[in-house]
Amino acid sequence: MGSTVKSLKGQQHELANSSFQLTVLQAPTQHGTQFPAFARRLQEHDLFPLKPTGTTILQVNMGKMCNQTCKHCHVDAGPDRKEIMTRDTMQLCLDALQHSPDITTVDLTGGAPEMNPDFRWFVEELSRLGRQVIVRCNLTIILANKKYHDLPAFFRQHGVHVVSSLPYFQASRTDAQRGDGVFEKSIKALQLLNAEGYGLEGSHLQLDLVYNPSGAFLPSAQASLEAEFKRRLRSGYNISFHNLFCITNLPISRFLDYLVQSGNYDAYMEKLVNAFNPVAAAGVMCRNTVSVGWDGSLYDCDFNQMLELEVALGSPRHIRDFDAAALDARSIVLNQHCYGCTAGAGSSCGGETVK
Amino acid sequence: MEKTYYNPADLSKFGNISELQPEMGRKFFDYYGEVFKEGALTAREKALIALAVSHAVQCPYCIDAYSTDCLEKGADENQMMEAVHVAAAIKGGAALVHGVQMMNKIKELTM
Ligand code: SF4
Ligand code: SF4
Repeated sequence: MGSTVKSLKGQQHELANSSFQLTVLQAPTQHGTQFPAFARRLQEHDLFPLKPTGTTILQVNMGKMCNQTCKHCHVDAGPDRKEIMTRDTMQLCLDALQHSPDITTVDLTGGAPEMNPDFRWFVEELSRLGRQVIVRCNLTIILANKKYHDLPAFFRQHGVHVVSSLPYFQASRTDAQRGDGVFEKSIKALQLLNAEGYGLEGSHLQLDLVYNPSGAFLPSAQASLEAEFKRRLRSGYNISFHNLFCITNLPISRFLDYLVQSGNYDAYMEKLVNAFNPVAAAGVMCRNTVSVGWDGSLYDCDFNQMLELEVALGSPRHIRDFDAAALDARSIVLNQHCYGCTAGAGSSCGGETVK
Repeated sequence: MEKTYYNPADLSKFGNISELQPEMGRKFFDYYGEVFKEGALTAREKALIALAVSHAVQCPYCIDAYSTDCLEKGADENQMMEAVHVAAAIKGGAALVHGVQMMNKIKELTM
């Protein structure tokens, strides 16, 4: 299941280094084209410095450990990654939330967040605080070990909103991106979630799928892909789900490695830059989200987290110092990877941003 | 002078055709945009038709553009190859159906 594949860090790959990734992103193309700085594009549309619109979502990265090693992973997660959030840091998140009533949603991501030994405790505490919990579940984890088989029931008990990746409604492209056998296991896991009441029409147990292109191309209109996914998953496997979120692959970490290795990097960046949409730029997710790293550091988003671009100097930089008002006054840290959020209809953890 | 007639980089310069005749260029691109909108046919079905026609007219720019477009719109590899077979069948059929004309001529000219 791709678990024999090592993370970039495990391979001691140069792209495991975030400053090297930024060097690649800022370099001119092979033909000498220098893409305009992302900040300059925002300036042209009166969006610079980019400011938060008010934080309502706390995204918590519970660790880089994962049972999969997907080719496009922007976290460089995998079974060989041991960095995970401690219960103490989770407690700091809970303390921060207690003082931040405007944060209504907590979005748990990873790696596979369920592999963190304190995952269930954290979800229970979060629902006790009355926050909507989103779990970014990679599906295969449910079948990876007996101890995870009851996850769908656990999710139901806490009204967790499940968001799961399924890059395609067929095995070929899913397995090419996520590892051999992933499609079949994902289908089984989706059937288990449906059996628990998730994703059914009219059900309050929310099950959304995430579509990431399996290659160097952009996602197209979300509504049309969603209709096609629904038709294919229903007819082929009797699976239902609520929404499909189309997410553009950002040129960082393992997807950046794929782009460079396959010779697609320059053309992909050019596509992103040419597809810059100011409406999407105004709606980027970092304006209403703060992201917490496994060690409690604060970032503008999960992508900045992986590039080790902490929130701007002068803002609280660790969850122990969390202060929603101070963070809402910060300027968001930007770089060339941000073009991935503003291409076409825009892209965020909730899919398209331009409705 | 270019060493080849086709340069992949020219595809992204397609819009430049308006430089020498802006009015017709604009009308063409407006029309083009309208044609490919979701309508009675979905945008994905239109991309598959465009892919098939690209093969029939053997335009390398269009083949690149609509292979990408079909992938982006969620078409699968089987659908894409079947579309190419449709183009091939029509092209092959179009050649073969003229065999009837040939047979007519043979009849006309022979004893
Ligand atoms: S994309 Fe998700 S499931 Fe895949 S390796 Fe990364 S964290 Fe794990
Ligand atoms: S990459 Fe992060 S900081 Fe940049 S635009 Fe996207 S969400 Fe905002």
